[in-house]
Amino acid sequence: MSKHDLLIIGAGLAGLRAAVEGVRQGLNVAVITKVHPVRSHSNAAQGGINAALTDRGDDWEDHALATIKGSDYLADQDAVEVMCREAGEAIIELENMGVIFSRDEEGKLGTRAFGGQKKARTYFVGAITGSALLHVLYEQSVKYNLHIYEEWFVTKLIKQDGKIAGAIAFDIKTGQMELITAKAVVLATGGAGRVFEPSTNALICTGDGLSLAMQVGAPLMDTEMIQYHPTTLAGNGILLSEAARGDGAYLINSEGDRFMEKYAPDYMELASRDVVSRAEQTEIDEGRGVDGCVYLDLRHLGKKFIEERLGYLQEVALEFRGIDLSESPIPIKPGMHYIMGGIKTDLNGATNIPGLYAAGECANVSVHGANRLGANSLLDTIVFGRRAAVDSVEYIKSAGSLNVDERELSKEKSRIQNILDRPKGMRSAELRNKMGTAMTKGIGVWRDKDSITEAITKMKNLRGQLPNVFIENKGKVFNTDLVSYLELEFMVDVAESICHGADKRLESRGAHFRTDMKSRNDSDWLKHTLVQFAGEELNTTTSDVTITDWQPTERVY
Amino acid sequence: MEAQIKVKRFNPENGAKPFFQDYSIDVSEDSTILDGLIKIREEQDGTLALRCSCRASICGSCSMKVNGSAKLVCKTRIKEVSPQGETVTVEPMSNFPVIKDLVTEMDSFWSKVKSIDPYVKTNFEPEAEHIASNESMTHLLGVMNCIMCGACVSECTALEVDSTFTGPAALAKAYRFVADPRDEDKKERLGKLNESSGVWDCSRCLACVEVCPKDVAPMERIVKMRDLAIEEGYTNTSGFRHTESFSDSIKKHGRLDETRLALESTGLLNISGLIDLAVIGIKSLFKGKIPPPLPHKPKEADKVTNIAKRLDSEESEE
Repeated sequence: MSKHDLLIIGAGLAGLRAAVEGVRQGLNVAVITKVHPVRSHSNAAQGGINAALTDRGDDWEDHALATIKGSDYLADQDAVEVMCREAGEAIIELENMGVIFSRDEEGKLGTRAFGGQKKARTYFVGAITGSALLHVLYEQSVKYNLHIYEEWFVTKLIKQDGKIAGAIAFDIKTGQMELITAKAVVLATGGAGRVFEPSTNALICTGDGLSLAMQVGAPLMDTEMIQYHPTTLAGNGILLSEAARGDGAYLINSEGDRFMEKYAPDYMELASRDVVSRAEQTEIDEGRGVDGCVYLDLRHLGKKFIEERLGYLQEVALEFRGIDLSESPIPIKPGMHYIMGGIKTDLNGATNIPGLYAAGECANVSVHGANRLGANSLLDTIVFGRRAAVDSVEYIKSAGSLNVDERELSKEKSRIQNILDRPKGMRSAELRNKMGTAMTKGIGVWRDKDSITEAITKMKNLRGQLPNVFIENKGKVFNTDLVSYLELEFMVDVAESICHGADKRLESRGAHFRTDMKSRNDSDWLKHTLVQFAGEELNTTTSDVTITDWQPTERVY
Repeated sequence: MEAQIKVKRFNPENGAKPFFQDYSIDVSEDSTILDGLIKIREEQDGTLALRCSCRASICGSCSMKVNGSAKLVCKTRIKEVSPQGETVTVEPMSNFPVIKDLVTEMDSFWSKVKSIDPYVKTNFEPEAEHIASNESMTHLLGVMNCIMCGACVSECTALEVDSTFTGPAALAKAYRFVADPRDEDKKERLGKLNESSGVWDCSRCLACVEVCPKDVAPMERIVKMRDLAIEEGYTNTSGFRHTESFSDSIKKHGRLDETRLALESTGLLNISGLIDLAVIGIKSLFKGKIPPPLPHKPKEADKVTNIAKRLDSEESEE
């Protein structure tokens, strides 16, 4: 049994930022991650990270307003204030840690424009910002000699007297299972994109933390808010960054028209993501698409500019579609990209379970509300990853000593062994693909009572089939067959919660667009939806949105 | 289309030796090798182990050998390596121990990365950002593109014979700090990189440059660090003496004087090194591999020496 003060689950940006802070605060910190830290999905953020730097005439309140409007007024405004106020400091700190941000002519940090904002305040590293940040945070983890359980898979969180007490996990390389106790745990497990098929998300984005939190009694908030990114490749769903449009790319339909003129005459291609995705889907549905896609057109930007500022996009276009962006437009469509919803936390990342924190995509503070602005996700991870660790310091001091019952470990060992011992049945991938297709159909860019109800029925049915899944690989060493199944169990919890959130919200707001209730209803629905286990069943309730200075108004781009 | 994939299998738990297993799968025209391997794992054989995550060549998980050379399988289309439906052979990377099937043990890889102190070192924390030119920063992007996939290490011919060599990935990472205008530890870094297992142990075979899926060009970074080390005055290395002797010999004789090169690289005052060299010399003698003590004069040697001299003067003009 290993003992730590603070255990962080997940080694992407939120997890590593929390870990570095924990070490700086003098805690005994460990990070547990199912992949090596630099393999984490923070890598995939391409475009940049938002911040209003006051020394160049920007204003955090303008950033906050853009974020709140982007959220379709569902974000908690106190949380948005915290994020936008702390953004400048976060950027400078990242730069000092060694991030190679692009510079302006004076040698200071340079910016590019991004969606939903008039002011160019997105700081960036070519088109590999997430990767550049993640590698630098990993560098810091080496500097601070961080203890990392690398390629370990968490199966369960442990509570003692109602408080969090650690986790049970196994080493993927050896299969060895351990009880790791900790006075506080930060969930930083990222998104759950694989619940949908296709998705821009990596194969590891299976919502582990969301399910782990639900299993110990924490609610998920606003799960129905699923972001469909406007520019993803058809088929495998690989992402092409908003940076392209931020740097001037057009969206055109089969007739060659810049159709955003009709939908967002002021912001054009840089309207909020939900608005752009719906516009694209409308064009496609009305017959002005090509094979279910519209086009992203960068030709007028020129080869040199594309390769210098958007090099990774050019690489993806060439490698996966054989298209040179400087020569031809590339077919793209809206694709599942991000979950605004997540584990409900307060401004310090604390959940309703004492000692349990969440940060990053798996959490919902909530700063993104019904639609996240591009380049606010990286900021979210850095600001709230740090805050969670800071807040845990006092909690850990007061937490008292742990005395976890070792039988927890043997119980979990036999649960896993029983799964391995199942007779030949169906493969987990078969069930996962069914889930993904059903979720995309039911909880898509458009949704309505029928599509949501159908998705709920299918998810219930799917849960019933979980015991029929068998694990072909019976070995201990690198058993990815077992890992995939355990991830599927997590994903079913998340999928069901998403459906229930969507069913509960009787209006259209941000990414949740119901064709049977097309308008936003502020008198009844300035509310968060909350999904939580009540015994075996999911129970859905609501809570009020925090409004500070910005009253909801009509959202026009 | 039907694809034939031959996978090198190994399971440490059953005591059997590695073997090749053939799979036949139905894939679409634009499928990648990773798509194929995932399909095998999900539809035919749940025991197949591999690492993969992003599917978009950014996480660096899925480096493997395809038909003998290291590639990221997520960005390699089956059609590309098998235009006529030929069998595609997939093996784990070389220069790494194998854990299971296509999964390699990366511990030594990461400890080498850690050995170069992979973080920016500054003596003070500025209140705002460091001021640096955009060129100096975008120049580093070439190295920052590295996703630590290990393909270069898999192909490294120096590592093949000397596992202590720091290797192309960690050295490219070192360059990222050496060339970072914010780093204040440049001289110390170069001093350390100048030691045994460092920049001079690269055999300059170009394999790492060729296989890198991100155009990081590790070898070019290594060569650049040799120059920087010399500029910083680190000249007491066999590597430096080797380059000096090499260029002297070309300038003087229009050809390489191999005997002198060996002696001078070792260092004429380096007694133990010279004894080692003598042992190698004697062994070589018996195998007929020893060069003549005095180099023969090639025809038109003066033309070569002229080229060398001209190169020299052009360099000094720069």
